[in-house]
Amino acid sequence: MQKKEENSFIRKVADKDYEYGFTTDVETEIIEKGLNEDVVRLISEKKGEPEWLLDFRLKSFRHWLTMEQPKWGHVDLPTIDYQAISYYADPRGRNNKNENREIDPELEKTFDKLGIPLQERMALSGVAVDAVMDSVSVKTTFKEKLAEKGIIFCSISEAVKQYPDLVKQYLGTVVPYRDNFFAALNSAVFSDGSFVYIPKGVRCPMELSTYFRINAVNTGQFERTLIVCDEGAYVSYLEGCTAPMRDENQLHAAIVEIVVEKDAEVKYSTVQNWYPGDKNGNGGVYNLVTKRGLLRGENSKLSWTQVETGSAITWKYPSCILRGDNAVAEFYSVAVTNNYQEADTGTKMIHIGRNTRSTIVSKGISAGHSQNSYRGLVKAGRNASGARNYSSCDSLLLSDTCGAHTFPYIDVKNNTAIVEHEATTSKISEEQLFYCNQRGIPPEEAVGLIVNGYAKDVINKLPMEFAVEAQKLLSVSLEGSVG
Amino acid sequence: MNSERQYIELYGQTKQFIDNGSHALINAHRQQALEQLEAQGLPTSKNERYKYIDVAEAFAPDYGLNLRRMKMEADPGAAYRCSVPNLDSVLYYVFNDKVVAKDGNTLDTDRLFVGSLVDFAANRPEEFNKYYNKFVGDGLVALNTLLAQDGVVVWIGDGYKCEKTIQILNLTLGNVAMMTNRRVLIVVGKGAEASLLVCDHSLTKESHLVSEVAEIVVAEDAVLHLCSIEETGETNKMFRSTNIVQHCRSKLSYTDVTLNNGLTRHTLDLHLAGEKAEACVSGLVVGGGTQHADSDLLISHEACCCKSDVLYKSVLDGSSTGAFAGKVYVAPGAQKSESQETNSNLCVSPNAHAYTRPMLEIYADDVKCNHGSTVGRLDESALFYMAQRGVDPTEGRRLLQQAFACEVIERIELPSLRTRLHQMIEERFRRGSGACGDCVLCASK
Repeated sequence: MQKKEENSFIRKVADKDYEYGFTTDVETEIIEKGLNEDVVRLISEKKGEPEWLLDFRLKSFRHWLTMEQPKWGHVDLPTIDYQAISYYADPRGRNNKNENREIDPELEKTFDKLGIPLQERMALSGVAVDAVMDSVSVKTTFKEKLAEKGIIFCSISEAVKQYPDLVKQYLGTVVPYRDNFFAALNSAVFSDGSFVYIPKGVRCPMELSTYFRINAVNTGQFERTLIVCDEGAYVSYLEGCTAPMRDENQLHAAIVEIVVEKDAEVKYSTVQNWYPGDKNGNGGVYNLVTKRGLLRGENSKLSWTQVETGSAITWKYPSCILRGDNAVAEFYSVAVTNNYQEADTGTKMIHIGRNTRSTIVSKGISAGHSQNSYRGLVKAGRNASGARNYSSCDSLLLSDTCGAHTFPYIDVKNNTAIVEHEATTSKISEEQLFYCNQRGIPPEEAVGLIVNGYAKDVINKLPMEFAVEAQKLLSVSLEGSVG
Repeated sequence: MNSERQYIELYGQTKQFIDNGSHALINAHRQQALEQLEAQGLPTSKNERYKYIDVAEAFAPDYGLNLRRMKMEADPGAAYRCSVPNLDSVLYYVFNDKVVAKDGNTLDTDRLFVGSLVDFAANRPEEFNKYYNKFVGDGLVALNTLLAQDGVVVWIGDGYKCEKTIQILNLTLGNVAMMTNRRVLIVVGKGAEASLLVCDHSLTKESHLVSEVAEIVVAEDAVLHLCSIEETGETNKMFRSTNIVQHCRSKLSYTDVTLNNGLTRHTLDLHLAGEKAEACVSGLVVGGGTQHADSDLLISHEACCCKSDVLYKSVLDGSSTGAFAGKVYVAPGAQKSESQETNSNLCVSPNAHAYTRPMLEIYADDVKCNHGSTVGRLDESALFYMAQRGVDPTEGRRLLQQAFACEVIERIELPSLRTRLHQMIEERFRRGSGACGDCVLCASK
């Protein structure tokens, strides 16, 4: 009886629509579909980029041509027709090139609807937002206030124009264009994203946030984010994303590069809610992302926190290269898959410096017919004496047709390093459910309670505003059964 | 590197000799193996299961093969002292791939057969066809099927409970660099019980490559205890592919101990194909010098209510390398599966490397699957504790290493073998890597 109720509840959840699936009717300038050197040149020209950046793009493009789409993930990624995608869409309209003009009210409404305040006066708490729709950043708030402290927070296109030396110094140093297939593609055609520079000794007074939105049809989004946190500085950065419901799949191939200098600290949080496709597995975003942080200085710290609920296919491994001595890296992740979603996500912790420490906490929740995999690498190099890692990966199965997988890789080349990994996979225990039922909690609420408790370790690591959103998202993705 | 080419060519040139030295039923499988090997080649490091080993390099040297079946035997009886006290066993020697019973007779009764593969094919063709080459493996298995002329068969009829332990002593010999292709077939019939002890020794200083493919079937309600010990030398390379199929309610305890070796690769595929089958799989590697031990396990839960428990440990000294990969696969519908997998590695020296990949791939929801793995060094506080109490640091280290390794040995069912192994491991830690201590065969090298 109880089982039946549970099943009917999960069915009900599967019928739930994606909340952010609306489209915005705004005049958008889209370039022709297809990808060749001319397209790369055109993107560069539209953004008014300097010669060196065009060269970087062309080098990347030429390298990309020599590569093949990888197949090793535990996801069923079809061979994407890269010629059927448009690589640049500008929702600010065809005729207006003035970047300082007032934001289109339609766009503003869209972001309002998504709960992202673009008017500074409306912002409840101190969160500065860079809003990116399709290929361009439409608005960055609190720029001036941040500038008083010497903090640079703007779109990467703007940074290329205003701070070319900084961008040139760091772009591609953490994720080189040769890194992988999608990194090469992104380096060739990247559109917009955020650039953050926190100067020496500055503690960023507010959370910085980027909100990505795909709106236009048949486009891909190739954002590029670069965060540089100088000596002794601190920043907390949030990233959110949504897309409309469309029957065809959309491609999102981003790169995030983070450089953390001596004594600096970066906290990077993501709530990923791209359109996951309908309940039969049609449509949805292919989220193929390369995220990496370089902990360059001593005592540097980087923490990745991610809540992954969207996307038809997620393929990403936010990684840390712990080069500075005593560097500390953390990775906290909750990945929820439902219906026909597939996720292959995890992290890489590469210990190079001495006495470096890393922690991995990954929680996977799979339901419906979805496949959820954790894949992680912990590597301790020859000189990484005293390196320490602890990984814990748990998977929760909510249906008998889904899959939960764990693929950890541990390579240790230094005998003073200590690496520990543990993983469990199970369904919600009957005892726990029975215990809740005994106390008058109906099955669906009990499932929600248990799943919430299960994800708590990770949700607690999110900044408060995001934690609330993440909890809401968990409930949208699996509804009552998980939250 | 296309190392397989030389073997394909060799087969083309010497097909007649290979066939003549074997049996028609064994020969019948060669053509298909040839096609598979030509299509797939030997596995490369691009293959996830061979990430930390270079198969092509290992197979590249021009090894001699005893295709004309020249008699290659030694007299191990006089020199061999690696016996297990208090273990009532029937001993068989295997010289490269040729079986010789200690008393000169192979066992062939209605309920039991222990002997050579060629004899098994000749005497029991139906049984042979039922079990031989039922394993779809990779290029290494295909190469073995292509070239293997003989091997060992242990067949236990339904309901037969072996009282004595069957001890098989694999001895590699040859005065030039040689390659042995050995085939092993172990069948434990319904309700039967058997315990097997397999020891690998090397009688040659020359480089020797052993390619062994073992097919093991444990039928309904059968029980099999299998322990394999490798004590060879640094010139020895061993590529072992084992495929085990367990049927309903069968029980298996499998222990793989590597104390001395050169390069060892063990691919173990365990299929829990019948309901309520249980498997306890253990492994221990004591590495030193330039030893390389690579174990790759696939534990496949294919039916309901099966249990598997995997424990692999390695103690790595010198510049040895230990690689472990263990995937637990739970097929759709294999509900109530329980699986536990642990891999612990102790890197004693700064140049020792440990790679570990415990994996889970699960397609059923009502399961309990855990895995854990650790890589670390000896506990400083434990060493300090012992030093405080007057234990010499070297002795303290040895004690800790031994205690670490003992957990694996304690899982072996046969008490006398446990005692013997404890002793062997202690000796191994005392003398470091090199020749196997007590065994005169190895000591005389």
